[in-house]
Amino acid sequence: MDIDWVNFTPWSALAGGLLIGLAAGGLLLFNGRIAGVSGILGGLLRPANGETGWRLAFLAGLAGAPVLYTLAAPLPAAKVDADWLALLASGLLVGIGTRYGGGCTSGHGVCGMARGSKRSLAATAAFMGAGFAVVYLLRHVVDAGGA
Amino acid sequence: MKILCALWAGLLFGIGLILSSMTDPAKVLAFLDLAGNWDPSLGIVMGGALLAAMPAYLIARRRRRSLLGETVQLPTATRIDRRLLVGSLVFGGGWGLAGYCPGPAVVSLLAGGLEPLLFFLGMVAGMGAYELLERRGAHGAPA
Repeated sequence: MDIDWVNFTPWSALAGGLLIGLAAGGLLLFNGRIAGVSGILGGLLRPANGETGWRLAFLAGLAGAPVLYTLAAPLPAAKVDADWLALLASGLLVGIGTRYGGGCTSGHGVCGMARGSKRSLAATAAFMGAGFAVVYLLRHVVDAGGA
Repeated sequence: MKILCALWAGLLFGIGLILSSMTDPAKVLAFLDLAGNWDPSLGIVMGGALLAAMPAYLIARRRRRSLLGETVQLPTATRIDRRLLVGSLVFGGGWGLAGYCPGPAVVSLLAGGLEPLLFFLGMVAGMGAYELLERRGAHGAPA
């Protein structure tokens, strides 16, 4: 393993992380709800009384964040390598997996671990492990074999 | 008021994701590529988020009602079961395929061109498929 010091951005990562944590903590303290994006989105497909409005508002905030951000600074670059088929397949796996596993990077990785949940720690280890494995296979086995 | 708070939390969450470049799939994949030129940034994002969220979770644990009078809904399940692990593995596999997870995908939806839209459509289809399967298995485990 080599650390990519050129692209490593510890300070903006820390600042961004603190904001994410503040947002998640705020949603819990004020609304009493977990800021898990897959749960908030997936929950819309199972409408319950009084649970739709705040979900839509949170998602609108997420989707509207780039607009507010560009008032202060240009958006950071976003480079996508996957083709359309891989993007659809990736989305499908993420959609099914997060609902079966009960959370994603925000729900388990931030909110769950923040309250010391062993389930969330296990889930985070599992999705990170699978992410490491898939990227290893794609970049160092499939690509290396083809080149 | 609870709508306004949720909107504010979503905005702040999204700005955090943009500021930390987690909306860039290449940046996320650089973290998942342990054997390549490893970029630890995502780990710092998570650490920072945990640090900031922890006090709120410590306080909320002792409360039944939120500051706006809502019930505090924290999960009660403690068992590490197959659903949790298999679901998380499937999610992680999809995550590694393109570098999008749900939060950054929603943030990029309107500002990021066709790619996040394709991912988002796949994700909603996956969530819809889950709902259908759950409803069919009438006596299945609650989610």
